[in-house]
Amino acid sequence: MDHKIVGKNTQRLDAVAKVTGRAMYTDDFFERDMLVGKVLRSPHAHARVTRIDASKAKALPGVVAVLTPADLPKIKFATAGHPWSLDPGHRDVEDRLILTDKARFVGDAIAAVVAEDLLTAEKALHLIEVEYEVLPHVLTAEDAMQEGAPLLHENRPGNIVSSFGVQFGDVEAEFQNAEVIFEGDYETSIVQHCHIESMSAYAFVDSDGRVVVNSSTQIPHIVRRIVAQALGLSWGRVKVIKPYIGGGFGNKQDVVVEPLTAAMSLAAGGRPVRYCMTREEVFIDTRTRHGMKLHLKTALSRDGKLQGIHMQVLSNTGAYASHGHSIAMSAGGKFRPLYDFRAIKYEPKTVYTNLPVAGAMRGYGTPQIFFALESHLDDIARKLELDPIELRRKNLIKLGHQDPLTKNVVRSFGIPECIEKGKELIHWEEKKQAHQGQTGHLRRGLGMACFAYASGTHPVALELAGARIVMNQDGSVTLQVGATEIGQGSDTVFAQITAETLGLPVDMVHVVTTQDTDITPFDSGAYASRQTFVTGIAVRKAALEVRQKVLEVAARRTGLAPAEMDLRDRMIVETSLGRTVCSLGDVAMDSFYDRLLAAPITSDTSANVRINAMSYGATFVEVEVDIQTGRVEVTELWNIHDSGTIINPKLAEGQVHGGVSMSLGAALLEQMLFDPVTGKPLNPNLLDYKLPTVLDTPKINAAFVETFDAAGTFGSKSLGECPTISPAPAVRNAVMDATGVAFHKIPLYPQVVFEKFREAGLLAERSVQHV
Amino acid sequence: MLTKNAAGVKARKRLCMTVNGRAVEIEIDIRESLLDVLRDRLQFTGVKQGCSVGECGACTVLLDGTPVNSCIYLAAWAHGKTVVTIEGLAQDGKLTPVQEAFVDEGAIQCGFCTPGVVLSTTAMVDSGKCFTHDEVRRELSGHLCRCTGYQKIVDAAERALREAEIAADEHPV
Repeated sequence: MDHKIVGKNTQRLDAVAKVTGRAMYTDDFFERDMLVGKVLRSPHAHARVTRIDASKAKALPGVVAVLTPADLPKIKFATAGHPWSLDPGHRDVEDRLILTDKARFVGDAIAAVVAEDLLTAEKALHLIEVEYEVLPHVLTAEDAMQEGAPLLHENRPGNIVSSFGVQFGDVEAEFQNAEVIFEGDYETSIVQHCHIESMSAYAFVDSDGRVVVNSSTQIPHIVRRIVAQALGLSWGRVKVIKPYIGGGFGNKQDVVVEPLTAAMSLAAGGRPVRYCMTREEVFIDTRTRHGMKLHLKTALSRDGKLQGIHMQVLSNTGAYASHGHSIAMSAGGKFRPLYDFRAIKYEPKTVYTNLPVAGAMRGYGTPQIFFALESHLDDIARKLELDPIELRRKNLIKLGHQDPLTKNVVRSFGIPECIEKGKELIHWEEKKQAHQGQTGHLRRGLGMACFAYASGTHPVALELAGARIVMNQDGSVTLQVGATEIGQGSDTVFAQITAETLGLPVDMVHVVTTQDTDITPFDSGAYASRQTFVTGIAVRKAALEVRQKVLEVAARRTGLAPAEMDLRDRMIVETSLGRTVCSLGDVAMDSFYDRLLAAPITSDTSANVRINAMSYGATFVEVEVDIQTGRVEVTELWNIHDSGTIINPKLAEGQVHGGVSMSLGAALLEQMLFDPVTGKPLNPNLLDYKLPTVLDTPKINAAFVETFDAAGTFGSKSLGECPTISPAPAVRNAVMDATGVAFHKIPLYPQVVFEKFREAGLLAERSVQHV
Repeated sequence: MLTKNAAGVKARKRLCMTVNGRAVEIEIDIRESLLDVLRDRLQFTGVKQGCSVGECGACTVLLDGTPVNSCIYLAAWAHGKTVVTIEGLAQDGKLTPVQEAFVDEGAIQCGFCTPGVVLSTTAMVDSGKCFTHDEVRRELSGHLCRCTGYQKIVDAAERALREAEIAADEHPV
């Protein structure tokens, strides 16, 4: 299709604001009389507060309020950033209080101080006297499920949040009849989002009595509801503002600091209170990515036709449910529209432990599942002496496939082309040849891995997006969406969709980037790679409505029928002749000032999107492994995507680069470490937690196979989370190709790699002596 | 306000420095970081706080032309010095070539690390030196970014350096 703006590298709308330091983030707003909030955290992984005395803290000059659990409503609430479910059976687990009198992890929030300044607030924290009854704690899912294990939440026996799973076909029959059965265990570590902007909010009560919360969030409209629920306020009394956001990656798809910040302001008579977490607090008391342990058992024919799979997953969700079992459930469904199994039994368990809370993180559990599955497939290929690429190709579903459980239909399917392209781009065959017979301590290897992902959450959750367009007097338009720009570039994409539809240059689309729940239309927010797909449909719908209204005014002016005209480059043209009949500016002025017929051109609409589109892709990677040091270096990487039509290639590449980098971090460097005895976090800072720096990051190559998906606006599908899925297993598979050693747990940091090489006898005696 | 702290040390000090070309005279608490003074008192909120302990580089400013982490630099030490924040680069609404390179290369996503990286790149360009690809990466390795995988950031820095070299060749000083 021929587009003027869609598919082009439109410059991000906020680029200049950000490169000049003028873009305002939550911490950049200052209110008169602003106070500071700080939190007292439990030093114990599991303990009951038996006594708390805040009198000394309250007496400290400069302290305005001290909050303990007794000062707050006893309303348990769920923090996950999901649309509210009218069906009580589908709601998130309500297991959280704003402050707790039973600490469930080291760092759990026990009390809070509001003071005139930070130093006073910190001093006051030390003056709060707390006595604890220390309880036994559990750090692993296995321990938590043991009989007699300490219970974190009284109403969850065995500490199991949920063990709901899905299945179709007869997996047991497949195992009985299988020529080959293959089993494997895989494990991923707990990692953290590490957005560079902290988790932060400030709140005050405005002159109308409204509770205003300005927050660094991906989900302002959901924050509004949850703040109100947690504090027992009417929902309309809360107003949430989202300015520019310094990265979220799912951590801010959860309500973390907002209810407490609002409570702090209410305790301080409505004065503005800022609660900005330190980096250590972000590591400890926001969210993490679930560490998962997976057992895969697969039935297949000797020539590699997959038949049945039984996947058992233990997902460690930490001290509170947050997104809880939704993550294991959502992630477990993603491989179904990729590989054609006759029978699947998916058995996940999400388990509470006394660790920081796991929640949403880019990919929503899918990177963990695909690490296991794509490693497993390579293990199978190796065992059966099959080509790993051919094994995957042989088992792909077909275009038109309908998922037996979600009923989602595959309307575009570019994975075969992605595989072909990746193989060519990395020169797979040539490199395979070149790697033959390697000796010495540096060994190269090739690996690949595939993935599938969805565009939004349909049919599991509501997919509602609002869009509002107002035409201004000069023919430009102002676009409001409820969707959230968090750095991914969604505002720019929405402007492109609007401009394309209305025949406008992008600079005549003014996007209101600040979300204000009083002003901007409802949308559930930035998650599930949903916005370009779901909100894009709403924006397109609004733009088409404006287009129709413009043509009606033009029809009045010209006597032509609306259907005989088109909008091109700020002009109304008679389509058949290409003749300009009037300008968009003329139409706009008429709409505002015609003494008889004036009616400003607007659209205020929403889309309830009840369709989904599967995105696909693959990573092809070459690594160089140093047998003597255990160091794994990525020497070449291609991350290839079928995300349908790419609306903005430069922004899309940016998404790929960041997502791949995050996956490489998880594959090679990153993990949160905890003292096995006390449960204390050992590396909650950006020095000891090995976030990749530029020196750790190889060149990342992005490529796209552009299919057209009829469900998406201009044929587009999801992309945001997709790049985070396949790099880690591809790297793991490349290491196996290079060394013959199969790793079953990430990250592959040098020490574990080295030790495993030694175990495998890869280190010659001579080189061991040199160590 | 107290002029002495609990230890009996004079806690307040008059700080004179130049920020973005303008003389600033302000009374500070000697414990305040340059970051806090720039952000909280002078409202240069383009200076970002990411970790407060010198690990992420978001708070980078140029101090007499050298990039420093303002979060672990006492404001008092800046006395008599020249500070440039991100707000001090573009003049009369015109971006510097470094800023333009970041915009053109698409090196900006959430934008939170951007001010610091742009200032470090500016220092490289202003040094008049040539940098290899690996040297550019090393120079920028004090800046953490979670959005971009550093790809377009390095592209932008190299583009700015390349353009500065060409400009210097065309107009030797």
